Amino acid sequence: MTLAASQAPPAPPRAAAPPPRPGPARRAWRTVSPYAYLAPFFTLFAAFGLFPLLYTAFVSLYRVELQTPGDMEWRGLGNYTALLGDAYFWVALRNTFTIGVLSTVPQLVMALGLAHLLNYRMRGRTFLRTAVLLPYATSVAAATLVFAQLFGRDFGLVNYGLGLIGIDPVDWQNGTVASQIAVSTVVIWRWTGYNALIYLAGMQSIPDELYEAAAMDGASRWRQFFHVTLPGLRPTILFTVVVSTIGATQLFGEPLLLEGSISGGISHQYQTLGLYLYEQGWGFFHLGRAAAIAWVMFLLIVVLVGLNALIARRRSRKEAGR
Amino acid sequence: MTVTRAAKRTAARLGAVVLTGALLAACGSSTDGASGDGAGGEVTITVDLFGSFGYKEAGLYAEYEKLHPGVTIKQTDTEDEADYWKSLQTRLAGGGGLADVQGIEVGRIASVAKEQAERFEDLRKYGADALEEQFAPAKWAAATGGGGEVLGLGTDVGPEALCYRADLFKQAGLPTDREELAKKWATWDGYLELGKQYKAKAPGKHAWIDSVGSLYSIMIGQEKERYYDASGKLIWQDNPALRTAWDHSVEAARSGLSAKLDQWSPQWNQAFAAGSFATIPCPAWMLGYIKGQAGDAGKGKWDVAALPGGAGNWGGSYLAVPKAARHKKEAYELIKWLTAPEQQTRLFEKQGNFPSATGAIEKVAGAKDAYFSGAPIGKIFGDAAKAAPVQVLGVHDQNIAQQITNALSEVERKGTSPEEAWSNAKKGVENTLG
Repeated sequence: MTLAASQAPPAPPRAAAPPPRPGPARRAWRTVSPYAYLAPFFTLFAAFGLFPLLYTAFVSLYRVELQTPGDMEWRGLGNYTALLGDAYFWVALRNTFTIGVLSTVPQLVMALGLAHLLNYRMRGRTFLRTAVLLPYATSVAAATLVFAQLFGRDFGLVNYGLGLIGIDPVDWQNGTVASQIAVSTVVIWRWTGYNALIYLAGMQSIPDELYEAAAMDGASRWRQFFHVTLPGLRPTILFTVVVSTIGATQLFGEPLLLEGSISGGISHQYQTLGLYLYEQGWGFFHLGRAAAIAWVMFLLIVVLVGLNALIARRRSRKEAGR
Repeated sequence: MTVTRAAKRTAARLGAVVLTGALLAACGSSTDGASGDGAGGEVTITVDLFGSFGYKEAGLYAEYEKLHPGVTIKQTDTEDEADYWKSLQTRLAGGGGLADVQGIEVGRIASVAKEQAERFEDLRKYGADALEEQFAPAKWAAATGGGGEVLGLGTDVGPEALCYRADLFKQAGLPTDREELAKKWATWDGYLELGKQYKAKAPGKHAWIDSVGSLYSIMIGQEKERYYDASGKLIWQDNPALRTAWDHSVEAARSGLSAKLDQWSPQWNQAFAAGSFATIPCPAWMLGYIKGQAGDAGKGKWDVAALPGGAGNWGGSYLAVPKAARHKKEAYELIKWLTAPEQQTRLFEKQGNFPSATGAIEKVAGAKDAYFSGAPIGKIFGDAAKAAPVQVLGVHDQNIAQQITNALSEVERKGTSPEEAWSNAKKGVENTLG
C-alpha cells in the first residue's frame, strides 16, 4: 500500500484559487466533532463517576442496610446531622488531619531534597531516578505488611533498634501518636519518590541560564536552590500539595492494613475518615451513613482544594504587584 | 564514545525496568484467573473459609478428589473472621465473586437465618432434611430459616477447655498435672490467683494469658444468654453474667497477667512460637491453630485441662451454599460429605475441631493428642460439649462482642479505667447497631 502510494504520480499543482467553502454538513460536523471526540470520556465519566456520586448523595438521605437493601427509610438530612453529634466522626476527622500533616509535610520536603540531588549530573542517574519510583510501584498491601512486621511491639525491628540505644519498646499499635507516626511512615515511604520525580520534571523546565547567571553572581548551590529552584517550582509544588491533600483526606489502605483493624485500633486512635466510612458501610453495614460520610469527605476536599487555589492566587497576585 | 554512552544509558534503563518488574512480580497478588471448568465433566468447587477449618491439613480434600474423579477443590482462607464476614456480606449484596461453599461462624448464623435466608440455597432442595438426626438439635435449629429452610450444615462446635504450657508452668514452680490444675482452677478466681503466683515467679517476659479479649470470649461462652434474651431483646447492658465476665477480665488486665496481644494478629501468631504466654483459653478448634502456629517445636510442651467455672461453647461453624454459587449440586455433595460423622471424627483426631454430628461424639471419646502431651481431648471436650449451655443467638452477637473486647483491650493496654471503658463499649455498640 505505502509503496503504491509513494509511486503514484504527484498531484498536479493546484491553481491558487481560494479554497472551496465547506458544505453545511461539513460545517456542522466541524462544530460538533470536538464534542463527539470527547463523548467517550464523558459517557464513561457519567456512568462511573457522576452516577455513583449522585446515587451516593441519594442514598445518604436514607437509612439503608447492606443486608436488607430493599428497605429504604427516608431520613432527610438525618445522617448528616447525626455525624455532627458523632464523637467517632470527629475523632476520625482529627486523625485524618494529624496523619495528613505528619505524612504530607515531611514527604514533600524530602521529595524536594531528593529531586535536587537527582538533578545533579552523576553516574547511574537514570537508574536512580527510576529506583526512587519503586516504592510507588509496590502494592500498598505488600508494603504495609512489611512495615507491620517492622513496627511490631514485641518482635519488630524498629523496637529492637530502639532497644539498642536504650529506649523502651514503643507500642506502635496502641499509642495514639505512635500509631499515627507508624501509618505516616508508610505513606511517606510510598509517595516521596513519586513526588520527587514530579519535582525533578519541574526543575528541568527551569532554564539553565538562570543557574548560570546565579553562579556568576556568586550564589552557592544552597542559595541557588532557594532563589532559583524554589520560585521556579512554585506551580509544581502547588500541584503536589493539592494532590497530597486529596490523598491524605482519602487515606485508607495504609492504616487498614498496617494494624488490620477497621475501627482504627481499640480506641479509634488511627481511624481516618476513609476507615470510618468503611467501618460504617462494610463493618456495620449502614450504607446510608457511609454515603453521608463519603459526601462530607467530598465537600471537605473541595473546600481544601479551593483554599489552596485561593492562597496560590493571592500569592501570585502579590508577586505580580511586586 | 557516544555509542558506549548510549549503550550504558540503555543498560541502566534496562536494569531499572528489570528491577521494577521483579518487584511488581514479587508484590503482585496471586490471581488465578480461570477456575478451569474444562470438558469431560470436570468441576472445580471453590471453598471460601476463615480461621482454620483444617480440611486441607487433615487430607479431606485430597480424599474427596480421589473418590470423585474430575472434581478439584480450591480453598481460600481469611484468618480473621471479622474480615471474612465483611467481604462475604459485600459479595452477597453484589451477588458476585462468591465461592460454591462459604463458611459461616455460629455468631453469624442468626443473621443468615433471620435476615439473609433468600441469599443462600435451601439445602432441602438437595435432600438435606434426611440429615437432621445426624446433628445436635440446637446446631440444626440455629441454621434453620423462618420458613423451615436449611441454610447450612454444621461442621463443628466449640466446647471449651484451657490450653497451657506445661514446661513454663514447671519453670514457675506450678503444678503441671492437668487433673490437679483443673481442681486448683475450678473457679475463675482460682485461675487468676494461680496467674498471680505464676507472674511472681515467671521467667522473663512470659505472661499468664495471651489477651483479656480471649479470656472474656471464653467466659461469655459459658453463658446461655449473652447479648440478647430468648425473645430477641438486647439485654447485654443489664446482664449480670456478662458483667461478671467483664469484671474478671478487668482484674486480669489490671493485675498485668496478659501479654496484651490482639487475637488473630500477626503478633499473636508469633507469640505462639515464642512462648510469650503460658495459658490460652481454647475451644476445641483452637488446638489445630496452636499446632499450626507453635509448630513442631511446641510438641509435647502444651497440655489441655478442663476450663475454670464449668463448661462452655465458643464458636463452631457451618458450611453454606450461596444462591449465586456456580456448582450448587456439587457443592452440596461436598459439604454433605465433609460434615458426615466419619469425616468429622477424622477432623477431630487430626485437627481438634470437635464434631457437631451426634454419631461422631461417641466415636471420639477415647481420643488423645500427642501434641498436647497425650491429653485425653476426646474426654475433656466431650464432657464440655455435653454440659455446655445451648446459647441464645442474636443477629449482632459478633459485632457487640467485638466492641466489648475492644473496650477491655483499652483497660489492658492503655490503662483506661473500667468505668470509662464500659461507657466506651456502650458507645461502640450504639454506633454498631446504628
